[in-house]
Amino acid sequence: MTSSDNILIQVEQVSRYYGHLCAVDNISFEVRRGEVLGFLGPNGAGKSTTMQMLSGNLAPTAGRVLINGIDLLDKPKEAKAQLGYLPDQPPLYRELTVDEYLLYCARLNRIAKGKCREALNSAKERCGLTEVGKRLIGNLSKGFRQRIGIAQAIIHSPAVVILDEPTVGLDPIQIREIRALIRELRSEHGVILSTHILPEVQAVCDHVQIINRGKLVLHDTIEGLQQRMQGSSLQLALRRPPELSQLQQLPGVNEVTALADGRFRIATAQGGDLSERLVQLSVQNDWGLYELAPERVTLEQVFVDITTEEIGAVSESTEAAA
Amino acid sequence: MMIFTIAARELRSLFLSPLAWSILAVVQLILAYLFLSQLDGYMEVQSQLLGMAGAPGVTEIVVAPIFGNATIILLLVVPLLTMRLVSEERRAQTLALLFSAPLSMSEIVIGKFLGVMGFLLIMVAMLALMPLSLLLGGSLDLGLLASALLGLVLLLACFAAVGLFMSTLTDQPTVAAISTFGVLLMLWIIDWAGSNEAGHISGLFAYLSILRHFEPMLRGVFDSSDVIYYLLFVTVFIGLSIRRLDADRLQH
Repeated sequence: MTSSDNILIQVEQVSRYYGHLCAVDNISFEVRRGEVLGFLGPNGAGKSTTMQMLSGNLAPTAGRVLINGIDLLDKPKEAKAQLGYLPDQPPLYRELTVDEYLLYCARLNRIAKGKCREALNSAKERCGLTEVGKRLIGNLSKGFRQRIGIAQAIIHSPAVVILDEPTVGLDPIQIREIRALIRELRSEHGVILSTHILPEVQAVCDHVQIINRGKLVLHDTIEGLQQRMQGSSLQLALRRPPELSQLQQLPGVNEVTALADGRFRIATAQGGDLSERLVQLSVQNDWGLYELAPERVTLEQVFVDITTEEIGAVSESTEAAA
Repeated sequence: MMIFTIAARELRSLFLSPLAWSILAVVQLILAYLFLSQLDGYMEVQSQLLGMAGAPGVTEIVVAPIFGNATIILLLVVPLLTMRLVSEERRAQTLALLFSAPLSMSEIVIGKFLGVMGFLLIMVAMLALMPLSLLLGGSLDLGLLASALLGLVLLLACFAAVGLFMSTLTDQPTVAAISTFGVLLMLWIIDWAGSNEAGHISGLFAYLSILRHFEPMLRGVFDSSDVIYYLLFVTVFIGLSIRRLDADRLQH
């Protein structure tokens, strides 16, 4: 198998307009086998629209979507057979029992009759539904319904699994289980999940993509993102702080900000690690060091920076236009 | 194959709601009452009819009016059965399941149509049992009965196709029901317009009326052009439904 065989989802310059409103603007990306792509964005950024286009529920205004190499618009049936989709609202028939519903889904996805039972049992086991097979979906809690939605998306072991906010409404233990399930899915499938829960992205994804106002504003691996997040600054707390200028004169220090209670934020030059030097100096000069910590930017900060930067840029340009 | 999977689910969901059962019960009760009173009337005039040459038989007097009345009751009932077909799924956002499964729009629409037809056939079968019970005590004109049954099934197929289309237009089942009823009633009475003067327009209206094609079958006249009219009618509305559902993906 060559590497191009492993591209499970290929999105090429896809746009979507609702009337004059551009919901998704010319986005392109790929997901390979073994990858989990986290799709982030503020409300109304175009996450669900993109998910709907990937799953064939919405036709793109322009562009092309390939699922496992098959064009979703030219050969919808073949492409959709490779696809499992959980919309933001799980598509459940409340009047059916869990077993009936999942068997129906199995048949809709053209699983051979003899293998439906097997597929049903494995999907139920993977999503923790074995206990509730005989119960009516309408009587189950939100968490269970969400899990049935996920079971429905993976019952035919599709190459591509698209999950729109899969952990909404689940309790913390279920969230852990679902994340474990997603990590497990990764081995054979390509997974896209959209979410607005940032730690979730860090926990399960290896690629992150941020969409804002219909445009992709960031596409990075989780490692790349972590590097971005490793800020180049230290926080230092001293009982008997020296003059500010003394710290500023240290080699490798770009900027020092004094905070309250003898705390300082020290921005270091790229790549320089000052921690050791600072500890030595503190001992020599009896500064009374009691805390030294590298400062990390949280994913939240990155997210906010990227999305608000964009908004700022947009408002600037509109001002300029005015 | 997929069509039948969808049809079976549709039929099953119908029977899982009390609506289907109550419709079956009410329709059966009303028709049984009409059947018995018709039968009673026949018993009273039976002795006089015996003396007449070429007098109408029990099938003409009892069975044909029952089928005629059944159409009016079903005109009221079918919109209630078809209203939820698509609109309910759209409202509950379950259409995504069908749209992301490897199915074509035609399979989805035809499956849903056949699901409702399955239910209506059960209803027709229960209705047919009443005249057939007369076979215990006498003989029937089975040809006339078959023609009336075929007519009824074709007429119901039209009702269901219109109902399905109306259901694809909205996400409110009640709106679908009332529009279906309106369209069907309009098509029912469309030949009343200008029926006094024999003009070209009234001929067209008469042709369009769904009832005009049913009446000959009730008299035992089987005309293939009537059957073709019904088949065309069903095909057109199923085609429109497919187009409408397909448009869901295109625009909003």
